[in-house]
Amino acid sequence: MQQVLDVLIISTKAFFGPLAVFYALMAIGLNVHFGYTGLLNFGQIGFAMLGGFGIAISVTTYGLPFAVGVLVGLLAAVLFALLLGLPTLRLRADYLAIVTIAAAEILRLLFRSVSATPITGATRGLSGFSGDFYALSPFETSARYTILGARWSGRELWVVSVGWTLVALGCLAVWLLMRSPWGRVIKAIREDEDAARSLGKNVYAYKMQSLILGGIFGALGGMIYALATSSANPDQYQSANTFLAYAALILGGTARVLGPVIGAMIFWFLLAFTESGLVELTGADGIIPPEILSSTDVAQIRFVLVGLGLMTLLIFRPQGIFGDRREVMLDAR
Amino acid sequence: MLRRFVAVVVLGFAALLTVLSGQASAEGEQIIGTLQTGRSGPIEGVTITVETTGGDEVGTDQTDSDGRFAIELPDGAGDYVVTLDADDLPDGVILREGGAERRITVGANRTQPVAFGIGDGSLRQASANIEILQRTLEGIRFGLLIAMAAVGLSLIFGTTGLVNFAHGELVAIGAVIAWFLNVDAGIPLIPATVAAIALGAVVGAINELGLWRPLRNRGTGLVAMLVISIGLSLALRYVLQIVFGGRARAYVSFQGQSATSYGVIRITDKDLFSIALSLAVLILVALMLQKTKVGKAMRAVADNRDLASSSGINVDRVILFVWMLGGALATLGGVLFGLSDQVSWDMGFQLLLLMFAGVVLGGLGTAYGALVGSLIVGIFVQVSTIVIPDETKYVGGLLLLIVILVVRPSGILGARARIG
Repeated sequence: MQQVLDVLIISTKAFFGPLAVFYALMAIGLNVHFGYTGLLNFGQIGFAMLGGFGIAISVTTYGLPFAVGVLVGLLAAVLFALLLGLPTLRLRADYLAIVTIAAAEILRLLFRSVSATPITGATRGLSGFSGDFYALSPFETSARYTILGARWSGRELWVVSVGWTLVALGCLAVWLLMRSPWGRVIKAIREDEDAARSLGKNVYAYKMQSLILGGIFGALGGMIYALATSSANPDQYQSANTFLAYAALILGGTARVLGPVIGAMIFWFLLAFTESGLVELTGADGIIPPEILSSTDVAQIRFVLVGLGLMTLLIFRPQGIFGDRREVMLDAR
Repeated sequence: MLRRFVAVVVLGFAALLTVLSGQASAEGEQIIGTLQTGRSGPIEGVTITVETTGGDEVGTDQTDSDGRFAIELPDGAGDYVVTLDADDLPDGVILREGGAERRITVGANRTQPVAFGIGDGSLRQASANIEILQRTLEGIRFGLLIAMAAVGLSLIFGTTGLVNFAHGELVAIGAVIAWFLNVDAGIPLIPATVAAIALGAVVGAINELGLWRPLRNRGTGLVAMLVISIGLSLALRYVLQIVFGGRARAYVSFQGQSATSYGVIRITDKDLFSIALSLAVLILVALMLQKTKVGKAMRAVADNRDLASSSGINVDRVILFVWMLGGALATLGGVLFGLSDQVSWDMGFQLLLLMFAGVVLGGLGTAYGALVGSLIVGIFVQVSTIVIPDETKYVGGLLLLIVILVVRPSGILGARARIG
């Protein structure tokens, strides 16, 4: 019984944890791209990496203040969106998907290459950039707080509060934007690009603005992630993470303001639940014998489940929990 | 800028793959590396010593017949100094830039590769032209390998409209099946590959019959299918990691060959064999597409599905055949990739983006486009290592993908259709 309770406590913590914030912000960005505009951006993790490394490189490598680091991260994301959008936004959805995933992979390979060591720390990454951020914390960073049975350090509480504030502001911004004229054009582009164009709308410019906006959310997510782990390593930003964010988004429901947020929370609750549950089951007095599944394999099971979950969702309920099937951009090509 | 010479094999690609996978799952820390040059092949019997930064010896090892060394680090993560005993090097082999000492930092639970720059001096006077020639040859080998895997990807797109992100996993599954047959079951690599190709065709057929055909019949949209293929790719990739393990591993056959000279160009027998085999297989595929009934049917379906269907072609059967062909070719490509580099659980994803680059470059949906495009991507990737570091060589291929989409989105052989 105690074990079940432990698993539940760990999962509840994950429900609100920094990773849920990270994926919620990435998924809000993807919701702007995919849910509202119909852009199949598979390189969201590249935006997150630029956000995280924007802070890390500015503070650790060049000794600039923390606030400048945040600005640099955001500017880098805007620049990346422009560079990515210029050649690709005129392309069909499947081409855009291929190009964006390739661009994110290019960024990661460049950041982790040995010749980039003086700037990005290559495969060892950077650390020691989060001091200024935690100095702002109203919580005692070394103290421990117990909330709902889970133990949170003051650092975690601070990251999470900033993170959820950003998520709330992001949702508000998306909600306001999507009921503005701008949002209506964006949705029109998703439904029928040619119709929007024939009404005199500059589809290309709208798509670009959407790409930049969503990319900024991705960068903010990457910043929270880098601050929560106090390190930035290119290999933390694998392409698979983009698809975890997609899974969270589709689970919650695309083209819904709160879809990505609730999706990310439930997603991390489920992941933490299965993971800590499997750790208990495969542990010393567990009931799954190590020949079938050893405890070191549990981390990989996460991705297998996400993959299968993504397939199942799209086959049986593409609108997720809250979505509206008519608003899901899945039939176009 | 001529940064490196062919003869200087800085480190086995194995080591690079270990890093790429990002998460060496082994317990404990280890330092590994390989010593070999183009002319001497793997160098045996060189003493490698690991000391702490304070000068205390931690461990020592001699390279084995494959030129490999591995030293356990009982003290765990931290900074170490790795020294190579230059007196043990055979005549003619000399240390190049960087000398005999390397300072490295080993992270917790990491297998840290160490590279020593050694050269046999043979190509010291090699001209830039020969260097380009040599790289082009390697590029042709790599490009043909990509092409083999990519023909299936392109034909599947052409016949069904599906952009199959799980195609890389067909490559990896094939290579892993061949690895288990070769290493665990002790079957020589060539029969093991033949068996794996047959199984790869079955895997392709299962893909089509178990997933994609029912989805097509339900009328699932193409973007939905694309995202489903990503889910499939994630699930399969990590099942592979559980089954195969996080480390890159080699086949037991054809290891440690040294290069033979043909005039100015040097190439190992297995690479030469790889080129010949890929060429032969691709020519056979081309002949099949051109001459046989099923090949013509494939092209017809890719060209215009409804027209093909109304002319009496059994479209579903043709698509099943395309999947089996794709699975078989991907397996062969995977085995050749595993032979030149190593077999690893995520080799499919590494190759996937280059396959996309090749397919888009040649023109999505056309079989011959995939061939030409992949060949160009392979050569471009290898030749680009003359100017850029080896570890970033895939960047060139991916940049090529973006550039071609700007210049000519329909690809080299694609029809000038609107794709925006």
